[in-house]
Amino acid sequence: MSDVARYVQNEKGEVTSVTYPSGIEVKAVYGPEDLERIGFDYEQDLGAPGTYPFTRNNFPLGYRSREWTTRQYAGFGTPKETNERWHMLLSAGQTGLNVAFDLPTQMGLDSDDPRAAGEVGRVGMAIDSLRDFEIAFEGIDMHRVGTGLTINAVASIMMAMYEAVAEKYGFDTGKISCTPQNDIIKEVLGRGAWIYDLDSAVRLIGDTIEYAITAQPRTYPTSICGYHIRESGANSAQEMAYAFLIANTYIDEVVKRGYDAKDFAGRISYNLNIYGNLWEQVAKFRAGRKVWARNLKERYGVEKRSDLMLKGLFAGGGSGLMKAEPENNIMRGAFYGLAAALSGAQSTALCSFDEAYSIPSPRAALLSLRTLQIIMDEVGLRDTVDPLAGSYFIETITKEMEEKILGEMKEIEDRGGMLENVKNGYVGRKLSRQAYEWEIGIERGELIKVGVNKYATAREEEVELHEYNESWQDTQIANLKEVRRTRDDKQVAERLKALTDVARSGKNVMSALKDACLAYCTVGEMSDVFLEVFGPYKEPNVV
Amino acid sequence: MGDKRIKVVVAKPGLDGHDRGAKVVALALKEAGMEVIYTGLHQSVDSIVNTAIQEDADVLGLSVMTGGHVHICKEVVEKLSAEGASDIKVAVGGVIPSRDIPTLKDLGVAGVFPGGTPIDEAVAWIQATVN
Repeated sequence: MSDVARYVQNEKGEVTSVTYPSGIEVKAVYGPEDLERIGFDYEQDLGAPGTYPFTRNNFPLGYRSREWTTRQYAGFGTPKETNERWHMLLSAGQTGLNVAFDLPTQMGLDSDDPRAAGEVGRVGMAIDSLRDFEIAFEGIDMHRVGTGLTINAVASIMMAMYEAVAEKYGFDTGKISCTPQNDIIKEVLGRGAWIYDLDSAVRLIGDTIEYAITAQPRTYPTSICGYHIRESGANSAQEMAYAFLIANTYIDEVVKRGYDAKDFAGRISYNLNIYGNLWEQVAKFRAGRKVWARNLKERYGVEKRSDLMLKGLFAGGGSGLMKAEPENNIMRGAFYGLAAALSGAQSTALCSFDEAYSIPSPRAALLSLRTLQIIMDEVGLRDTVDPLAGSYFIETITKEMEEKILGEMKEIEDRGGMLENVKNGYVGRKLSRQAYEWEIGIERGELIKVGVNKYATAREEEVELHEYNESWQDTQIANLKEVRRTRDDKQVAERLKALTDVARSGKNVMSALKDACLAYCTVGEMSDVFLEVFGPYKEPNVV
Repeated sequence: MGDKRIKVVVAKPGLDGHDRGAKVVALALKEAGMEVIYTGLHQSVDSIVNTAIQEDADVLGLSVMTGGHVHICKEVVEKLSAEGASDIKVAVGGVIPSRDIPTLKDLGVAGVFPGGTPIDEAVAWIQATVN
């Protein structure tokens, strides 16, 4: 089960039992005896905010020292439309960018590939070559604004291209900061935008992390997405456990090249999900910061304070939003934002209320941003750090959540580790089954969604839809043809050959990728090099 | 139900990998006693139609989240017709605005199940349509 909680009522209508999706049983009343029962120790379990194990917050003063970063996911059409939307969001006070790419780009296809027909610019921006990044980032201060690049299979290409465009616009590449999502293992578990053989894809992630150590020291080369794992059916404890195990897989990939985890572990960030029960979410993030800090310190010997912090985006999840009575999603989003703030999220975003219908309209996207701003500026979430600390209830379930997360990690490690259990379909089957049970739970009325299975009305909804403009595809293809016509073909061939050689050699591909980007090689051309050298991924059957 | 087990191919056409819905539906149909073949991700229309024909499916269920449902359904229905397999009923689910439902029906899509449709409704529809 992955939503609010299961409530059992007696014949008088009193709630007699509450169980969270992660398996935590909640009592009606908590008191000092509970803290005694769980062996609560302030220094061990919490520590002051800003000190190890960071249960309370990464920073001593929380939002007093720095507000969260709002990072609404945006991008659609050609790079020109996306550039306009970004400028709109930045001028409305948004402090970072989070790029949505269209599916052909995510799948390593050029816009004129027949398999891309009908999808160019539809769910995100189409990127074919460096020329498109030049348009998209025009007028953006790349020293000041950090950019999330929501892309996985070809994240190495986009990270190289980001550096290339920064260089072209005269920014110091040592000062730019991007956060490519770059988590291929979760992509196999949810979202499905995988291309290459999984072992090779993990190697590419190792290449990006290794490269960033010296070339892009302010970049976060991978953002581990518990978010999508939860969207695929994981409960909150599994979300964190699997995310940590995936992170460890990438760390091991770089450590085996002779690096020390302390050289790069501080640059790993997370993208985590918020929906469902408020208290369980707060417990999840508090316990999560602690488990991650301990994991880095105890397993990998990382010691520097800032490297041990769980950093990243805690974002309102789409799975909690419903299609029926879509305006209710505005309220749901506000409560997910509240959970993010009570959890000390550094960076946040919300799904928009109309996403069950289409890509968010500009009005809906702005409303999500405003929701987060109201939470931070109008209702007191900046006042004091970790306001729920010391609550008998919260401290008890934070500790119980920690045990659940560790238990889920152990289960997978005892079965041979994360990569193995993703390849053989074990984790995928578990998630599909839980997703199915969640749906059934809603249909049976065991999990309550207001306006869906309780107080439901049968009225038709009218939602203003974001329109897909068919002409974007033609424009994008015309631009791509122009790039192909004007670039230096000999240089393109040489750089693709160099990329092929380095991919085959097993050496780090990033410099060769950047050179290929600078020669205006297309995403499709670079991705095809990898596909040929690495071979395709074959998915296990999980239903 | 008749004596023959209902056979359904559940397919994810195109590039999108958001497959939670497809998997949930596949499991629900299995629970209802149907034989279910799930194609996996990133399937072309040709390969989906070929699978449906080779498996002699009663129903071909498509899951589309990107907004490309009209385009994809049109291709699937035309290809089935070209292969002389119009007896295979086509159903589609996903992010589908209600204004597109008449268009899809006109194209020859037999069942349209936008997100939010109770699973039992889709199961009952298949049982009624096939038998």
